Amino acid sequence: MKRLIVILAALLSFGTAFAAAQEEAASPNDVNISQVVFEHVGDSYEWHFFNTRDGRSVAMYLPVIVRTRDGQWHFFSSRHLLHGEGAEYQGLHIAAEGQPHAGKIVQADGSRPLDISITKNVLSLLMSSILLVVIVLLTARWYRRHDSLKEAPKGLAALMEPLVCMVNDMAKDNIGPDYRRYSPYLLTAFLFILLNNFMGIIPVFPGGANLTGNIACTLVLALFTFFTVNLTGTKHYYKEMINPEVPVYLKPIMAPIEIFSAIVKPLSLTIRLFANMLAGHIQILCMVCIIFIMAKYGGMMLAGMGAVSVIFGIFLDVLEMLISFIQAYIFTMLSSIYIGLARVKE
Amino acid sequence: MNLITPDGGLLFWMVVIFAIVFFLLAKFGFPIITQAVEKRSDRIADSLVKADEVEKRVAQMDVEHSRMLEETRKEQAKMLKEASEARDLILEKAKADAAEETARMIEHARMQIEADRRSAEADMRRQVAMLSVEVAEKVLRKTLSSSSEQSALIDRLVDEAAKTAEKPQS
Repeated sequence: MKRLIVILAALLSFGTAFAAAQEEAASPNDVNISQVVFEHVGDSYEWHFFNTRDGRSVAMYLPVIVRTRDGQWHFFSSRHLLHGEGAEYQGLHIAAEGQPHAGKIVQADGSRPLDISITKNVLSLLMSSILLVVIVLLTARWYRRHDSLKEAPKGLAALMEPLVCMVNDMAKDNIGPDYRRYSPYLLTAFLFILLNNFMGIIPVFPGGANLTGNIACTLVLALFTFFTVNLTGTKHYYKEMINPEVPVYLKPIMAPIEIFSAIVKPLSLTIRLFANMLAGHIQILCMVCIIFIMAKYGGMMLAGMGAVSVIFGIFLDVLEMLISFIQAYIFTMLSSIYIGLARVKE
Repeated sequence: MNLITPDGGLLFWMVVIFAIVFFLLAKFGFPIITQAVEKRSDRIADSLVKADEVEKRVAQMDVEHSRMLEETRKEQAKMLKEASEARDLILEKAKADAAEETARMIEHARMQIEADRRSAEADMRRQVAMLSVEVAEKVLRKTLSSSSEQSALIDRLVDEAAKTAEKPQS
């Protein structure tokens, strides 16, 4: 198992290095680290694989779905917008660096249309969601076909059971007797985050999209928790929030604080997961970039620093795997605690 | 900056896809798994409780068993003691009975012997008397063959009779 992890980590860092190496081939003179890093952690309208030696990029072009301000729907491949700088198609183009909405599709006048394009992150989201549904339904099928009292789970079920048990027990501990209503949500959130975190570390397709390091993704997850907490709270929970049992002169202070805290909770969930995953990705990318910076300083430098950054890259990759799990765990744990707090009876 | 402004398109897809995933998994996935797992953990908890009970019962039975063994041993000792006492009693009684019987028999034998002796004595006396009478007869017959002797005897007898008649007077 230990050997497997090492091999996996080595493959991961090698893959990352490989991807970055190809990226750099296009601009051999100077390495613009921040551009490389932000290209890798950001969203895009294509799924870029690598550049060929003569500078052509090999990428998967994704569908653009846009509704312009005049109510017109546009549906076309992103190929039309990505060929050449400032390419325009059906009156739309991608805003250049330095302009507002840089990197996004804008109309001719620079304003943003309604954009629900299938971007890299959306495609990654779709694929990992299908994978998650397949995994869980296959696991459920095992339990449907086997008597759990007579057989120990095998294969996929054996892999999933500890995770499911862990989250289920967490729900039981933090929420109390009616945890059954909430455990499916917590399980979905946990496995969704965990799977997408892991997919984010895998440097090659279908991984490599930075979905859980994207604030939109974590914001939606946190909002699901927020609505779960605040739409299913007990009477006592709302009373505590609006009219807490404190001396009268504290009431005008306490109510805003309580409401503020209810709003800040999902924000903290959003930013914690987003920032942790983003930071992890940036760290690994920086480690890999060191190799390309050192390339300018000759063979000895490249060999020495290359070895160091590969070792650190492996370390960070393994750390990232740990953080992937921890962040999924923390998000679920805090969600269950918030739900538990909203289920107070007395 | 780009990184910290949530993008509308991704927000939209995220809501839609996560909601669908949640619906599918909450309806067809997790309840089955959690139910099966909970059923098993309940079963295990139950089994543990039962095992504990059985263990307790076994310990209790052990105590009971040793108690019964102890009791049986006591009973046995008591019975042995009683038996030996009874044996002693019976022996004693038998001895006493035997002694009594012997004494009785000895007494009986003695009385029998006495009676036999008496009757034998009486018999002997009678026979002696008869013998002496016969002897006397024979002697008389022999001696009284002459008349002088007959008269001498008569005299002596008369004397004797006279003497016996005088004696009570004196």
